[in-house]
Amino acid sequence: MSALTGLIRQARFDLLIFRRNPAATFFTVVLPLIFLFIFTSIFGNEEIRPGVRAATFYVPGILALSIISATATNLAITMTTRRERGVLKRVRGTPIPAWTFVLSQALAGLVLCLIMTALIVLIGWIVFDVSLNASGIPSLLISVVLGALSFAAIGLALTSIIPSEDAAPAVTNAVFLPLYFVSDVFIVSEDTPGFIRLIGDIFPVKHLSNALQESFDPFADGAPWPWQHWLVIAAWGIVCAAITMRTFRWTPNR
Amino acid sequence: MPAAIDVHGLTKSYGDHHAVRGVDLTVEEGEILAFLGPNGAGKTTTIEILEGFRDRTSGEVRVLGEDPETAPLSWRERIGIVLQESEPVPELTAAEAVHMQAGYYTSPRDPAATLELVGLAHSADQRTRKLSGGQKRRLDLALALVGNPSLIFLDEPTTGFDPSARRESWGMIDALRELGSTVLLTTHYMDEAEHLADRIVVIADGLIVAEGTADELAASVDAATRITWAPRPDDPRPPERLGWTSDGSGGALIETNDVLLTLHSLTSWATQMSIDLPKLNVARPSLEDVYLKLTGAPEGGDA
Repeated sequence: MSALTGLIRQARFDLLIFRRNPAATFFTVVLPLIFLFIFTSIFGNEEIRPGVRAATFYVPGILALSIISATATNLAITMTTRRERGVLKRVRGTPIPAWTFVLSQALAGLVLCLIMTALIVLIGWIVFDVSLNASGIPSLLISVVLGALSFAAIGLALTSIIPSEDAAPAVTNAVFLPLYFVSDVFIVSEDTPGFIRLIGDIFPVKHLSNALQESFDPFADGAPWPWQHWLVIAAWGIVCAAITMRTFRWTPNR
Repeated sequence: MPAAIDVHGLTKSYGDHHAVRGVDLTVEEGEILAFLGPNGAGKTTTIEILEGFRDRTSGEVRVLGEDPETAPLSWRERIGIVLQESEPVPELTAAEAVHMQAGYYTSPRDPAATLELVGLAHSADQRTRKLSGGQKRRLDLALALVGNPSLIFLDEPTTGFDPSARRESWGMIDALRELGSTVLLTTHYMDEAEHLADRIVVIADGLIVAEGTADELAASVDAATRITWAPRPDDPRPPERLGWTSDGSGGALIETNDVLLTLHSLTSWATQMSIDLPKLNVARPSLEDVYLKLTGAPEGGDA
């Protein structure tokens, strides 16, 4: 069996496991869509300029939320749980290479993110009249793929500092929930205080939501190319992948 | 044929705590060996070193010809492991879990046949979270067997089981013998070791204190046969020369290594006195006695 076959085979099992995990499915698929409907209900979906609906600004943030849930949140929680229940230790006792197993998790996350992107773009278009310029598609795809892989690495790196199964959702939410509010995911604010803006600038969440927003920008001249944001996202991904390689644990903390 | 497992002078220390203090162990190809000892004796530490999950402090270890610390991944093709505590993935069915595991090996057993082998075929489509404790243990074994290993590690396969579930698991492990696998199992039940294993190695406090078949172990230990009976209140007192003592609850007890002679003296005296010996009982040392004697005083043993 070639390495690639093994990778794809494992990723398919990971997707099956994800589909049957109600919590993961809810936070990745259902909750972002609920937020999208709530935002458009509260803030309205006016035509702010001819042909441009207000939801054009909510859709990228919701997409960022979904990508982070599908990768970082999902992996931090499920991999910690599997480690503490001895699932990973059993895997470690088999001939599957460690990198195949770990990479398959990121691959499954990426597939999820692409599905969610299609779903959210489609719902945005059909329900909320949000259009995506053809020139924004390459930038959107690059942002989604890069975001999925980097945030998968972030989630895997997080498992090393999460001590127990019970602590996993708490730690993950403590990390990401505040970041969503300072990272243009829920609210896009022009006059945020400097230090809040700085926190947003340091962490990768804002760069993902901004890269997605630029991809959806209806006023963009030509194809958007938010490379500075990509650079920050990639840097976080590479650092966290390195941390994962050094600190990932296969055996329970007990 | 080289031994499946060959261990010399194995030690493992955690700071000042010496969990394993010098273990020598050989498991021949096709042999079922029980590693017997009380909790905290160093069984799991030793087996996890052999499985490649822990590094040793010192000593020589060869498992299927490789050093577990440096063995290539292909070495794991030939090893099946049942861990003491390892849950299956709860979202998968038993069949899916075995399928997923089979995918990790180059020449696995047929997953359906493996489930059949451990008696889980009728629950194949159950989510693993719905399986009972005993069924989960069967699944553990199926997951360990599906790679078609030649050496199987079982770490306390029946701990926490009720007696009937234990009997059932024994049946499964007996079936491994027919597959011709080499098995190293740890247990803290003497009867389990006796029932399942060709040979028993007793570990206590990080040292091996005895090894052999159950019979050899029993013979090696200087445990006396116990003769007991329940004298009536008005029975005459037995003579001191019989070496009897009170068992503390009104009964009389003689511990002896010469059963025939002692019984003869006792019954001659009783006949002479015209009394019977109510509830007369002769008990050879039980394996439990042997075990307690072996593991209770490891310092005195010649380890």
